[in-house]
Amino acid sequence: MRLAVTLIALVAVLFVAALVTGPADIGPFESLLALIAGGEGPMPLVMREIRLPRALLAVLIGGSLGLAGAAMQGYLRNPLADPGLIGVSGSAAFGAVLAIQTGLAAAFALGLPLAALGGALFGVFAVLVLAGPRGSSLTLILAGIAISALAGAFTSLVLNLAPNPFAANEIVFWMMGSLADRSMTHVWIALPLILAGALMLATLSRGLDALTLGEDAAEAMGISLRRLRLTLIFGTAAVVGASTAVAGAIGFVGLVVPHLLRPFVGSRPGALLWASTLGGAAMLLAADIAVRIILPARDLKLGVVTALVGAPLFLHLIYRTRRDGL
Amino acid sequence: MSLLTLREFGVARHQCDVLRNVELTIDSGEMVGIIGPNGAGKTTLMRGALGLLAHRGESSLAAMTPRERGRAVAWMPQAREIAWPVDVETLVMLGRSPHMGLGRRPTKTDHDAVARALDRMDLTGLRSRTATQLSGGEQARVLIARALAQDTPLLMADEPIAGLDPAHQIATMQEFASLASEGRSVVVSLHDLGLAARHCTRLIVVDKGRVVADGTPVDVLTQELIRDTFGISAFVQTTPEGLVVQPMGVVP
Repeated sequence: MRLAVTLIALVAVLFVAALVTGPADIGPFESLLALIAGGEGPMPLVMREIRLPRALLAVLIGGSLGLAGAAMQGYLRNPLADPGLIGVSGSAAFGAVLAIQTGLAAAFALGLPLAALGGALFGVFAVLVLAGPRGSSLTLILAGIAISALAGAFTSLVLNLAPNPFAANEIVFWMMGSLADRSMTHVWIALPLILAGALMLATLSRGLDALTLGEDAAEAMGISLRRLRLTLIFGTAAVVGASTAVAGAIGFVGLVVPHLLRPFVGSRPGALLWASTLGGAAMLLAADIAVRIILPARDLKLGVVTALVGAPLFLHLIYRTRRDGL
Repeated sequence: MSLLTLREFGVARHQCDVLRNVELTIDSGEMVGIIGPNGAGKTTLMRGALGLLAHRGESSLAAMTPRERGRAVAWMPQAREIAWPVDVETLVMLGRSPHMGLGRRPTKTDHDAVARALDRMDLTGLRSRTATQLSGGEQARVLIARALAQDTPLLMADEPIAGLDPAHQIATMQEFASLASEGRSVVVSLHDLGLAARHCTRLIVVDKGRVVADGTPVDVLTQELIRDTFGISAFVQTTPEGLVVQPMGVVP
């Protein structure tokens, strides 16, 4: 309960902080007033068309990655699992890269996110076919790794065959992940998918708790593993696919946040779902504020910052795990 | 009342019969031991009956919906898996999940069932410890308590007492026997013929995928059957304390 209040307060504070941070020189109170009151002039425009979608996307995508990471770790009973494991982010990135390469992204505004969603859909379909409707978590991991590797190889191929350095540059920068220059349109693309996926993943709470005892015991306690697995795959695909489509590949949030919050929920995988959602939103909001404060003049990429923060954090967690002798 | 009925029951894996022509009924108040050598099909029999394996023939448990089954039978698999470092009480509470609605707040009934299960397995002192940091035998008892907390008419456990110290082996078998005397039924697989003889009301012997004997320990555990099925000689005697079976040596 205290954790919930703390995390919600943290997200709220960071959300407001994200709204008042930016290159446009506006005071915090004026900017919030402009956001709420609206009116004519550049200030409401900056607030409503630039900062608001950026902050909203940070909450949506951070929450998505945290939630999907917690669900994936709970299902695989492995603290090193990551939402990218089932190949969705890799194949979404490939779809996006293809859109940049073919000029689809330049031709119309929604070309890139839609191509990325198409890639994600294709990736999920391939994983489902490979892993089969029944079967253990192992086949799911193997299928996910195979699809990730394949998507990665195709992405490299596109980079390899890029007609000029500028095209390659654009692709590389997109893949680092960013929330800069996103509009409310991006919010409206991502929102329905993320909401639907998050609702699906939220229903897994009890099943994931039961899986603490292993697949056999969980199934005997009335959990349909087949349904749980399908819900997990489609839910993760929806939230991660939509996130990658809008923001590019942002790593480490789905891996580190569940790991970090696990001790605070007594290691219960079901309770970790909501905690990780809030934690992920907070982490991405903080990272996106950092991006704008540290190097405002250079376009620092969000995925770079989450990796820079996430990797050392992860090293610390490994150290702590070793110290506890687990 | 019959808690489990198997008819013309069999399990095949890779077109090879692992279990065939099983006919059996478990009634309430029975303490059933399933014995047999390694690879005989004991685990397959239990998992198949629960509907966890594709099977032929009929199983009354496999025919239920998953939710009904969760209230009809508790299952303790052989693999003692505790995936996350949760505390003992939380783990035992998982056994209550088939009884909880989607609101999932444990009620007083749930807490009482957990307290009873912890008490039965001598775990009350360990209730707030982290389950993964307990010893192997203690973890086994926690998992038995989890199955007890499910509070079902039938309890099935695959080698629940393997790895326990003698006192807890006996105490666990006595707890199972007392469940049976309360009108519930317990089906356990085990390798200790002495404990099986002493605490079970009925023994089912599985060998090479078939049920080769089914009856009271005195009728089933003859020296001939022990020799033919297990390949060992044994000291078997009915004493005032009950049936005593002590394996002696391997028959060449």
